[in-house]
Amino acid sequence: MNNIFIKSSLAIVLVSAFFGSCRPKDTADAVGGDAAQKVYVAPGKYDEFYNFVSGGFSGQMSVYGLPSARLLRVVPIFSQDPQSGYGYSEETKPMLNTSHGYVPWDDQHHLELSQTNGEVDGRWIFANANNTPRIARVDLKTFKTVEIIELPNSAGNHSSPFITENTEYVVAGTRFSVPTDNANGDVPINTYKQNFKGYLSFVKVGKEGQMDIAFQIEAPGVNFDLSHAGKGKSHGWFFFSCYNTEQANTLLEVNASQNDKDYIMAVNWKKAEEYIKAGKGKKVKAKYVHNTWDEKTHTAKSEMRTEVLVLDSKVLKDICYMIPCPKSPHGCDVDPTGEYIIGSGKLAALIPVFSFDKMKNAIAKKQFDGEYEGIPVIKYEAALYGEVKKPGLGPLHTEFDGKGNAYTTFFVSSEVVKWDIKSLKILDRVPVYYSPGHLSIPGGDSKKPFGKYMVVYNKITKDRYLPTGPELAQAAQLFDISGDKMKLLLDYPTIGEPHYAQSAPADLIRNNGQLKFYKIEENNHPFVAKGEKEAKVIRKGNQVHVYMTSIRSHFASDNIEGVKVGDEVYFHVTNLEQDWDVPHGFAIKGADNAELLIMPGETATLKWIPKKVGIFPFYCTDFCSALHQEMSGYLRVSPTGSSVPLTFSLGTNMPAK
Amino acid sequence: MYKLTFFVVAFVMLTSCGDKTKTNDDFSKDTAAPSEESATNPTDAVAYDPNRGIGKHTSVDLGDKLDAAMAAEGEKIQSVKCSSCHKLTDEKLVGPGWKGVTERQKPEWIMNFITNPDPMIDKDPKLQAQLELCLVRMPNQALTDIDARNLLEFMRKNDGVK
Repeated sequence: MNNIFIKSSLAIVLVSAFFGSCRPKDTADAVGGDAAQKVYVAPGKYDEFYNFVSGGFSGQMSVYGLPSARLLRVVPIFSQDPQSGYGYSEETKPMLNTSHGYVPWDDQHHLELSQTNGEVDGRWIFANANNTPRIARVDLKTFKTVEIIELPNSAGNHSSPFITENTEYVVAGTRFSVPTDNANGDVPINTYKQNFKGYLSFVKVGKEGQMDIAFQIEAPGVNFDLSHAGKGKSHGWFFFSCYNTEQANTLLEVNASQNDKDYIMAVNWKKAEEYIKAGKGKKVKAKYVHNTWDEKTHTAKSEMRTEVLVLDSKVLKDICYMIPCPKSPHGCDVDPTGEYIIGSGKLAALIPVFSFDKMKNAIAKKQFDGEYEGIPVIKYEAALYGEVKKPGLGPLHTEFDGKGNAYTTFFVSSEVVKWDIKSLKILDRVPVYYSPGHLSIPGGDSKKPFGKYMVVYNKITKDRYLPTGPELAQAAQLFDISGDKMKLLLDYPTIGEPHYAQSAPADLIRNNGQLKFYKIEENNHPFVAKGEKEAKVIRKGNQVHVYMTSIRSHFASDNIEGVKVGDEVYFHVTNLEQDWDVPHGFAIKGADNAELLIMPGETATLKWIPKKVGIFPFYCTDFCSALHQEMSGYLRVSPTGSSVPLTFSLGTNMPAK
Repeated sequence: MYKLTFFVVAFVMLTSCGDKTKTNDDFSKDTAAPSEESATNPTDAVAYDPNRGIGKHTSVDLGDKLDAAMAAEGEKIQSVKCSSCHKLTDEKLVGPGWKGVTERQKPEWIMNFITNPDPMIDKDPKLQAQLELCLVRMPNQALTDIDARNLLEFMRKNDGVK
């Protein structure tokens, strides 16, 4: 019986391998009869989990409810957002500033919820920018990006933003090794081996969440791919997968796939801290920005940092160790106990499971197989707990249910495999549609997984939904994992390309002190108008500052004259509402920058340089009341040099001149 | 329109959330407001007291004379949170003018209404008539009890109490 199962699954694997992601015949059969009931959340009722999903190349994060898969919100992080004005309004522009200038669109891959004692705590969620390397922190009381820190000496910030079990650090590893920022980077590309370095960043997270690069580790020039912190017994260690240990700089598809084994690099960050205390770190010049959002001034600021502390892994021998791992490892996942480290060689046909205890023992007994670029290489067998044999093709990522089971995605054979961590036996496998990347179980990479659901994020959608031209949404598939067998419940399209996702029980976040509006008394925006008495228009040279208020359903002022072509007009709009869910919008004809959306009690600024003479209507863009259509006004633009005086009013027609 | 929807939703949540009652309540707008009654089913057929309205303010002690300091505090709040929609005369702007309001309404009614307007707009016959004229539901401006009391004093001043 068992034999037949293995043979038939092997056959499926082989067939799938041959035909790539061809569609199995029994798609419909894969869904159980009670699936609809399991995902139905009645109108007005809440979902059980918040599900935070990376937006991939959209640069944003989407928030779904599970199990209904209802989209609750899209939170802008690394890209401008034409819904909220993020990255367009004068206050938010500094959030997207970098040492390269303003970057309006990045690529967002992984998310990690903050943890306390290894358990998800519902305070913040961290996000990485892959392209121009940065880490962001989103406050889960406001669902707003409140901080972004840039990472110097890095490129392709992929193994990020994974955290330690008390959110002591959020880490980042460079996927593309490059010459360091303060070295002369004007070198031939084929000098990779001499000049290119791989940097790992450890970003300290303060009590209020504030981020600061504590130190960077200079490691060999390879591609650091993914990472996870040790937990429990392995707290104090971090594990990074790396590929391209061949150090190829061209046609990586072939040239970085030569070695039978690459590495998982184990980093003893507690040791690194000791070295720093002992003064072994080296301060190195580097330019990177630190952007912070202030909830009282409703304004971001961007500050340039100029220095970073670097530890050299070649010199400080007992920080880093290499564990051989077959075939270009991708996922690097640590089980809830902290004992098992799972490397997923994306070209391998097995999954190696390493033991933390064995690894430590091997280090103590110096069971090394030489060095790689000055870093000790632990003997494969000395660190290996065992291998999951013939699991499928192209293992990528593993999550855990807290019941001793691991769930691994297989890109090539397009399936998820459930296996027992201790016995390494395969327990179940389900096909997914098609070609999964990450999977996510609520709390699935923490010490305390909540289990119950698993969402698999597939790279290919193909025929799953009604066609929408050449571009198709990516697909998520929701599974019930409460029983022995994984059960498909639901397919749903997503925003951008979800890579990793995280979920937390709804109560943890909805009861964390959710902000409903900003108290107008606490609004310290320099251009706030606290009440209509403070509504005014002031000219300073060619700058015109409009202190405007909005409340259902009018603006103050709503008649403005005396603005001239070429003026820099700043509309500082304060929303005077003090109630939940009453934003107002602001748009003026011809604004070539953006519109605004202003939360209750908030002030936001739109910059506009009028180019034409005429009358320009402005209005509220967010339906606010029965008289929303009345919420509008006019601004008169006169020619440059005109003598029309600056006037502003509400409810009184100015005397005709 | 949105508000109506919200109340339907809130009603469904409050009445049918079953085992989630414990956790759903703290997030609903009604229970977040300071009023006790609003935590119960707003459509309960309990008799509505048009003199007092709905809310925790059952008796408000007014002094014989105006408290000028309180009235001054109230005026500050009025300029930030009220003046966009209410004139101090009897002229309607978005909502009715304030002149005479302390003579038309009991202090308890005013305190309850301005601290938590939504349940009263749904119940109070005068407010419903007013809504037909104004078409904008008075927004909850997140007044504390002290804010509300100071505003009431300012309304009294506006009505000539010395």
